[in-house]
Amino acid sequence: MEKRVSPDQSDQIYFFGTCLMDAAYPDAGMAAIRLLEAQGVEVTFPQDQSCCGQPAYNSGFIREARAVARKQIRVFAKPYPIIVPSGSCAGMMKHHYPDLFAGTPDEADAHRFSERVYEWSEYLATVLEVKLEDRGDPLTITWHSSCHALREMDVIRYSKALIRQLKNVTLVELERETECCGFGGTFAVKQPAISAAMVKDKVADITRTGASTVVAGDCGCLMNITGAMQHAGVAIAGKHLAEFLWERTNG
Amino acid sequence: MGNHTRFDFEHNVTGALADDQLRKNLRKAMDILVDKRRTVFPDSEYLEQLRSAGNAIKRRALKQLPRLLEQLEVNCTKNGIQVHWAEDTAEANRIVLDIMRRHEAPAIVKGKSMVSEEMHLNRFLDEQGLEAVETDLGEFIIQLNHETPSHIIVPAIHKNKDEVAAIFHDKIPDTPYTEDVEELTAIARRVLRKRFAAAKVGLSGVNFAIAETGTLLLVENEGNGRMCTTVPEVHVAVMGLEKVIEKLSDVPPLLRLLTGSATGQVITTYVNMISSPRKSGEKDGPKEVHLVILDNGRSRMLADPEFRQTLLCIRCGTCLNHCPVYVRIGGHAYGHVYPGPIGKILTPQMEGLERAGVLATASSLCGACGEVCPVRIPIPDLIRRLRNESYDQDGSAVVEGGGYKKNLAETLVWKGWELANRSPLLNGIGTRLAGKLGKRIPRVGPLKKWTRVRTSPKVARCSLHERARNEGVNNE
Repeated sequence: MEKRVSPDQSDQIYFFGTCLMDAAYPDAGMAAIRLLEAQGVEVTFPQDQSCCGQPAYNSGFIREARAVARKQIRVFAKPYPIIVPSGSCAGMMKHHYPDLFAGTPDEADAHRFSERVYEWSEYLATVLEVKLEDRGDPLTITWHSSCHALREMDVIRYSKALIRQLKNVTLVELERETECCGFGGTFAVKQPAISAAMVKDKVADITRTGASTVVAGDCGCLMNITGAMQHAGVAIAGKHLAEFLWERTNG
Repeated sequence: MGNHTRFDFEHNVTGALADDQLRKNLRKAMDILVDKRRTVFPDSEYLEQLRSAGNAIKRRALKQLPRLLEQLEVNCTKNGIQVHWAEDTAEANRIVLDIMRRHEAPAIVKGKSMVSEEMHLNRFLDEQGLEAVETDLGEFIIQLNHETPSHIIVPAIHKNKDEVAAIFHDKIPDTPYTEDVEELTAIARRVLRKRFAAAKVGLSGVNFAIAETGTLLLVENEGNGRMCTTVPEVHVAVMGLEKVIEKLSDVPPLLRLLTGSATGQVITTYVNMISSPRKSGEKDGPKEVHLVILDNGRSRMLADPEFRQTLLCIRCGTCLNHCPVYVRIGGHAYGHVYPGPIGKILTPQMEGLERAGVLATASSLCGACGEVCPVRIPIPDLIRRLRNESYDQDGSAVVEGGGYKKNLAETLVWKGWELANRSPLLNGIGTRLAGKLGKRIPRVGPLKKWTRVRTSPKVARCSLHERARNEGVNNE
């Protein structure tokens, strides 16, 4: 596995919890933190953090996006790696901050910040080289790839490598794994009909796998997919990778 | 421009999504095209190198576009090709009309050309009492049915075999109903042969115009393009001004990218390289060749370093094939000539944001288009830029209609969002309040749209901030 050299191999890391995890998936957030801590690193969760700014950035409100992004750059000031349990937020912070601050006084800070960003499963698999011991019962799951984890961060192989360490878990892949679930942030409410058609097809694909749980690395997709499954009466659980791995290894 | 009927995207989307047959046809066809492309580019490293080469060639061409266009004109003229410049589509249409009138041609046989669609040439000629005959099989089918193309490369992709059988039976006199593809093709061939033989003027598009040699390159699979460009006495080629490339050696990588991305072919059945009209002593070929070079807003795109990348496009259509939105709503829903991801960035720039800006909202920014684009157009970034221009916060918009979406309500919402996310205190109050309200959060606005097919997001009673604080995770 290709290994990224962390700018700071010290035992100190930052955790960026993402606004969605903060409000709706705190269990997954705590699991993500605990799994990092279990590898012997010290995790700092700055209480002044909030959102990466992507919702506004993708909706045409670039000034508001910049103001919120600037706040994160200030809050995560020490040179620790910044671990993000979302391919989408990580993609925003790693790949779009440099553009967002291009030509502004914060440009250099934004670059230094971006270089420190890791997606959570990427950091566990490549830098910490985590070894997971599965303590759960046999289970068949499927995996949903978020578009930004796949195309911007290119970390799906790491997420799946972690799942494949679990000896009692069978991973059945989706037929159209690389197709968007239809979330897309404000897209889901700006084009609700198209988004609905997309998530309906995604749920059908998930159902066809026969899995009892769908695991994903992004809370946005998860909220979209589980919301649609519940609405349609589909009895499949949705879990963030962090929560899933924590439960399997501490069960 | 501007003479299409009022554009109601939401209405179009609703109609398309309700059409099960359309969605089945699209899914099946897109799967085939995606598979074929994958098969023809098995080596991803090679493909990435090729895409970089394609990007570099087109970038280099755009960088010196005015010079290359002049060189193209000089060399075409030297070769005996008459070059015409059209600022807009009305001018381009008049040029074609003049040529037809001069040759007393009642009809023109057409090879597939998206620029002629952009000109709405068929409708224009019809209004002049003249006839445009589409000769590409897909175009022929939809013309019979009075439709426009729903895909850049495969214009009748929204139709299945049975639907084509019904159209032929209904619209071509004395045609018995058949679903046999060979027979259907033979019927089209029989009808079209007569039109080729009788036509005085033929029209084609241009895939690449080579400045160095004054050559027009045209790819196709049916031979109709070659018929249109060689059988009639006059050949008129129409192209957008971004089609010019510097030299002949630029062709191979671009051609490989174009045919591989468009139809999954290593090479098309026909590759036409047109470099002059019939020379003295030659027995066939047109006596006149005309080249119409259309601007129609392209110079404006060229002037902006970011939007300029729209002009890298070689019209392969692979972004449509890979788009999760296009595969569900089809080309007609986009309401304009160019559908799919490329249409989302091209149309608002051509038609203005007020008319077509809504197209930029029809993307989840999943990035599939940018990932496959053979010339590496950062389509998602340009969609995002158009969204910025729609609100034009700093008055720097360059696209016509910039700032058309500015409104106080939305501005206040995002201002509030910004404040909540800059102030830890407000942020904490917000998540705590939402957690307490839980299911009692009123389902209005965005939440109403969200819950049409989904349950409400469940806000946790205790946020991650609180959990981290209470469970002993280090703060700063």
